[in-house]
Amino acid sequence: MSDRKPMIEFNDIQKFYGEYHALRGITATIREGEFFSLLGPSGCGKTTLLRTIAGFEDISSGAVLIDGHDMAQVPPNKRSTNMVFQSYAIFPHLTVAQNVTFGLRRDPRTKAEKAGLVEDMLGKVGLAGYGKRAAHALSGGQRQRVALARALILKPKVLLLDEPMSALDRKIREQMQVELIKLQRDLGITFVLVTHDQEEALVMSDRIAVMFEGEIAQLDDPETLYRKPASRRVAEFIGAMNFLDAEVIGQADDGITVVVDGLGQVVLSHSQVSTAHDGTVAVGFRPETMTILQDGQTSDGLETLGVIEEVVYYGDMTYYDVRLNNGKRSVRISMRNLFGRTIPDIGANVRVAWSPGALILFQ
Amino acid sequence: MATYTAARREAKQGYVMIAPTLIYALVLLAAPLLTILAFSFFKDGYLTVIREVTLANYIAVWTDPIFRAILLRSLCVAVMVTALTVGTAYPIAYFLSFGVSPGKKSFWLFLITIPFWTSYLVRVFLWKVIMGYNGVINSGFEMLGLMGDGRLFEDPFRMLSTMPAIAVTLAHCYAPFAILPIFVALEKIDRSLHEAGRDLGESRWTTFLRVTLPLSMPGVVAAVLVVFIPVIGDYVTPELIGGGKLPMVANMIQAQMLPLDNKPMGSAIAVSAMVTVTVIALIFVGLVRIFVKGAK
Repeated sequence: MSDRKPMIEFNDIQKFYGEYHALRGITATIREGEFFSLLGPSGCGKTTLLRTIAGFEDISSGAVLIDGHDMAQVPPNKRSTNMVFQSYAIFPHLTVAQNVTFGLRRDPRTKAEKAGLVEDMLGKVGLAGYGKRAAHALSGGQRQRVALARALILKPKVLLLDEPMSALDRKIREQMQVELIKLQRDLGITFVLVTHDQEEALVMSDRIAVMFEGEIAQLDDPETLYRKPASRRVAEFIGAMNFLDAEVIGQADDGITVVVDGLGQVVLSHSQVSTAHDGTVAVGFRPETMTILQDGQTSDGLETLGVIEEVVYYGDMTYYDVRLNNGKRSVRISMRNLFGRTIPDIGANVRVAWSPGALILFQ
Repeated sequence: MATYTAARREAKQGYVMIAPTLIYALVLLAAPLLTILAFSFFKDGYLTVIREVTLANYIAVWTDPIFRAILLRSLCVAVMVTALTVGTAYPIAYFLSFGVSPGKKSFWLFLITIPFWTSYLVRVFLWKVIMGYNGVINSGFEMLGLMGDGRLFEDPFRMLSTMPAIAVTLAHCYAPFAILPIFVALEKIDRSLHEAGRDLGESRWTTFLRVTLPLSMPGVVAAVLVVFIPVIGDYVTPELIGGGKLPMVANMIQAQMLPLDNKPMGSAIAVSAMVTVTVIALIFVGLVRIFVKGAK
């Protein structure tokens, strides 16, 4: 993947809306054929950044390059990008087929050839036979498919997706996510997705840029992003993470010695360190990295005693709030409800197995 | 059973609610219209109306070359005024919708309605002052030294009593009626549709032609009807600006009704004009439905 050529290059992009500094020096590269996500809370500038690729947003300084060409003087209609809008922007006065064929007006092919293309593309997005339907009579999921077909039929170098799933209900959203991944793999087109849904970004992307306040906080593949968040803020935004108060008592070449509330003294390697921004020191870990042991069960790692304070049952999973060694705050541990496993009651004393390798020091 | 009586009670309440408007509509709209319709089939007697049903009025009206000429003139003026009004209203409405920041829109709408603050009669009369023989335009040229013997223009322009003068005056009076429905139609268009048009390879102009214009057609149709229909029946402007030399249908009806005291004939002209306007309006709406996608 990393040997592929750059498709989109952001070169120190600054964007001001009057006094408001929307994009603060974005520099990043999106590679050809990549499924790239811009992830962040609302107002972080992710949609603005996407719109600079499409050409709907002028930038105050810096440069956007698509396939090696500077886009500064190129209007949206001359760019080899197409967009799926958040509202889908389906033309309500046209039929499904007329919507899909909208961008082919100057295409030299005959009407019959174009009609074949449209039917082909509608089949690809799961709307075969819908061509004659009026666009305004479609459901949300169907509109999105039309928007996809309308953009993809033009064979863009880059497909831009602006929160395409936010208006869909959960079932259709999950189905669409899988279909989009397949479509992207089949077509090999570079996809750039804007989303505020971290789960969606993790599921779909090859790489994710996490943005806060007009800056990229971290740009990595989903696994690295989840396992090794660059800052406490990224860690809190992606997935769930427990934070325990900690104090650094020794720094050495082979590791950092930390006293952690509820876990005691541990030695962490330098690769387990991340930034905290606000000057506090804490140790974090994901809920699934600890295990509540059953009676008589042994473990390879370290063990700590805890008291169950809350049990939240989710069917396949159970979430437990556990206070470790009378620590200052309880932590959340998630366990799969494997066959034969008994779920401890609230107030039960349990042994919790953990490993120092799963801890991250935020300082 | 209970729901049935409840529904009936609700229906009763509904009738009570609309009663004032209903009575108003019946007394002031339906009754006069029906009277005119009835009169148009009666015979004219000296100072009275003879209540004998006849088609003679209609035959007289439609065989009268003067009526046909005047109806044709009314239609021509109405078409000119409508084209002028809607043609100039569209850019203004477009500017209002796309060029004015949301916070300032109501202020601009307020500015557009300012002509309504003076009466229709006064507005028409102002145009007389502007276009008169010694009016603002002619005396303006004179003051600039462009008019007079041996100058750029020999004689003052004769603007009053011409069709264009009538058209300009009416276009000005009806401008807000045309701007507002087009503005509303443009406001309702989802802004991302314009971006989608650009994104799919169309320039600003072709996006306008393929997206904005068809989607704003309902507003244009409303504007055309709202201007065309009342302009055909306009009475004041041909009287004041046309100086009575270019009568339109309304002037002809007035002449029959009052000075000539032939109420059945006047009614027949009125009904004929109404039917003509209705037919033309229906043909127009039908054509728009066929040829413009999106106009519903």
